[in-house]
Order: sequence, then C-alpha cells, then structure tokens
Amino acid sequence: MLAKRVIVCLDVRNGQVTKGVKFKENRDLGDPVSMGAEYYRQGVDELVFYDITASAEGRGIDIEMVRNVAREVFIPFSVGGGIRNLQDMREVLLAGAEKVSVNSLAVRDPSIISHGAKAFGNQCIVLGMDVLKVGASESLPSGYEVVVKGGRERTGIDAVSWARRAEELGAGEICLNSIDADGMKTGYELDLTSMIARAVTIPVIASGGAGRPEHLADVLEPRIGADAALVASLTHIDGYTVGALKAAIAQRGIAVRI
Amino acid sequence: MTIAPSVALVDYGAGNLTSVSLALSHVGVSHAITRDPDVIRSAGRVVFPGVGAAGASMRNIQEAGIDQALREVARAGTPLLGICIGCQILLDRSQEDGGTDCLGLLPGEVERFDFSALPEPRPKIPHMGWNPVSFLREHPVLEGIPSGAFFYFVHSFYPAPSRQEDVLGRSSYGDRTFASILARDNLVATQFHAEKSGVHGLEILKNFSRWSP
Repeated sequence: MLAKRVIVCLDVRNGQVTKGVKFKENRDLGDPVSMGAEYYRQGVDELVFYDITASAEGRGIDIEMVRNVAREVFIPFSVGGGIRNLQDMREVLLAGAEKVSVNSLAVRDPSIISHGAKAFGNQCIVLGMDVLKVGASESLPSGYEVVVKGGRERTGIDAVSWARRAEELGAGEICLNSIDADGMKTGYELDLTSMIARAVTIPVIASGGAGRPEHLADVLEPRIGADAALVASLTHIDGYTVGALKAAIAQRGIAVRI
Repeated sequence: MTIAPSVALVDYGAGNLTSVSLALSHVGVSHAITRDPDVIRSAGRVVFPGVGAAGASMRNIQEAGIDQALREVARAGTPLLGICIGCQILLDRSQEDGGTDCLGLLPGEVERFDFSALPEPRPKIPHMGWNPVSFLREHPVLEGIPSGAFFYFVHSFYPAPSRQEDVLGRSSYGDRTFASILARDNLVATQFHAEKSGVHGLEILKNFSRWSP
C-alpha cells in the first residue's frame, strides 16, 4: 500500500536555509545541503528546496546547490522558486532533481505547465499554489483566492478552478500552501485541503500551519485526503525528528514509510 | 581500442541518468556512462536506467543501436540491471504509446493501471511514492534488505511477466498486485527507482555490482 509522505521544505536565501512567518522576518538556519542530508538520514520521504529570492531578483536557480544535494540525498527532491522557462527546468532535472515546482510563473503563463509536462513527464511538474481565504463570492466561488509574491499580490483566480486547470494542463502534483495558516502552528487548513484534494485526481501536498506532529495525521486522514504533508519549522526550529512526525501519523493507523 | 569498463551505465537520453550515476558513485561503484554499443558489449556489467515513455525510449535505443548490444549482453550472461522503463523494456511488449515492441529478453507484457471499475476516490495514476516490496525468494541483489522494505515508484504501466518464476518481488496498488522486481539468470530489473529509494535502493546497486550470476 502506498505510504503517505512527509516532506521537509527548505527555503533558501543567499545560500542559507531560512524560515520566516508569513514570508516575513526571516532568519538563517544553516546550509541547505547538509540540512537536506540530515533529514534524508532521518528518513524523510521527499525534500523541497525553494529559492525564495531567485524570482524577485530575476535570477535562475543555484544549479551547483542542486547538484550537491543530489550527491548526498538519494530520495526524490524538488526544486522551485527560480524556474523561468523550460531550459531552467531541464537544468534542474539534469542536475539530479526529481521534480520542478512552478508557482507565480504558472499564474503568469499557464502554458509552462503543459510544455514542462510534455518535455519531461507530468510527474516532474509540481504546481505550487499560495492561497488566501477571502470568502465566497461570484468570481471566487470556493472562497479561496490564488495569491503570488508570498501573498502580497492577489490574482483574482479561484483556488479550485486553478487546481483543476493545472491538472488539465498536465501538472503531476499540487503543493497547496495556505497563507492564512502558514507560520500560525494551529494546524493545516483542513477545509481548503479537502476541497482541493476532491477537485483533482493528482496528489495534493498540504502546506502551511503544522505546529504539532498530530497536525500531519489530521491532514493525511482519508476524510481530508492529502497525499503528503509538508513541514518546515517543526523540524528546523522546534526540533522534531522526521521519525517523531511519522510515529504520530502511524499511531493514527495511516501508512507511512518507517 | 576501447577499454572495457567494469560497469557500463547506458546513456540513451533517460532523465534519471545523473541520479543513477551519482547513486553508483556514492556506493563506490566506478562506471562509464556510454551510448557506444561496443563499450556496452564489452562491459563487465550493465546498468540500464530509464524514465518516461516506452515508445520514445525504444526509439532512442534503436537509433543508437543499443538494442542489439543489450540483447547480446543478456545472451552472453553479463549481469544486467534494468530500472523503471529500463525494466519494462526487457519484456516483449508494452501497451504504452499505442503498443510498443520491446527487447523481448523476458517473456511478458507491460500493462496500464486501470482502476475505472473501482469506486471513487480511485487510486491515482501515476502510482507515485513509497510502496513496500515483498520478496518472493532470496536473491544476491536483495542481500541485507528486509522483505517489505519501501521503495520509490513513479509509473503508470507495470510489468506483467508471463512466467511466475521471473517475479522476484511484488507490490500492491489499488486492487492490483504487480511484479516490482524481475529476475532471471543474469537479468534483474526493478520497476521502482533504486537510485531514489534511500539506503535500500543503494544496497541493491551495491549488491548488483558484486553479483556473479
């Protein structure tokens, strides 16, 4: 039986892993390669490296970092944050990443999803979406709106219709980040996650809000339907090991790789 | 004159070539990345990676003249490890891309997961993530790995060998139990990505590099 996945996200800024609350007040935590290798040893199922300043600075991803991760980490990892075009995707995948993640680029130019899926396979393309709760309206029937630039810019796009569109275009997976829950440590936004997981047939990674190991189990329960739970501060700052997180999930009778 | 490498890693444009190469290096297996049929023929053992679609992969292999070399390697008794598409292509035929004739080194077909008869929510396709593999017998490439260990899969099609004795390991997804490791004589092949399956995957690569069938 396919296991639910625990994914650790490493936000990278100027070559250092960083962690902030609601994309603000960042502080440096360490070297991405050695932190990734440590989580690999702890038994994490997947890693995400997100270059949080590449887009804003208009530069590509640090390929040397990707290659160094691939030399030490023998599980799938995805890279996002600075993907500008197909060539960037190709370089990241050839350097040893399993997947690439696109977020605001896909909002600006949705065809990057279909082009990427065609060139490298659907399973390589992860759509990252940042979502804000705005209340249901005629133009935003789900009550959730897609936002970009770390939540600073609204797009007018409904979260559910964007998720469906991304699946049609060939995205292999959706990483769903709740801006409201991010950094609050009160748990993942379950209503949002369940709504998106039901709207698409591709895997959904829940992101934003984990404050205790039980929160991962909550979002991975069949009634919510996330396929993976993403954490950052739980492991980076609060000191939980991947094993402790998985034990809490397994205790709920949910299959994980121990 | 070419120097015969101890391990040839076959380069036919497969997307996981780098990852397999890094994994082999990590476990101390020196290898040559090559698309030269003569180098593949003369190698002490051959690793045949793969990711993507069977049709395009077979075309690339045929264009590079590697298909013949792989058949000769298999016949000569050289240890050969196929990974993912490199596993599927060892069989006779794949249902992918409207039907693709493959290498025919192991009898059987490659079939598509079809869960349309199951109630919703149906298992997702591709089958992607960590799934346990039950070992059906002992084999040198599985030494030190417990049956039921998890490996990393990404695929929409699965091998269906016609001889039950060619199945070394199997896994379940949805209502389907499929062959996730195949082995016969000097051939061994994994549907999962050994290069992305953590310590157990690395163990398979290391064991393969020492295996004398």
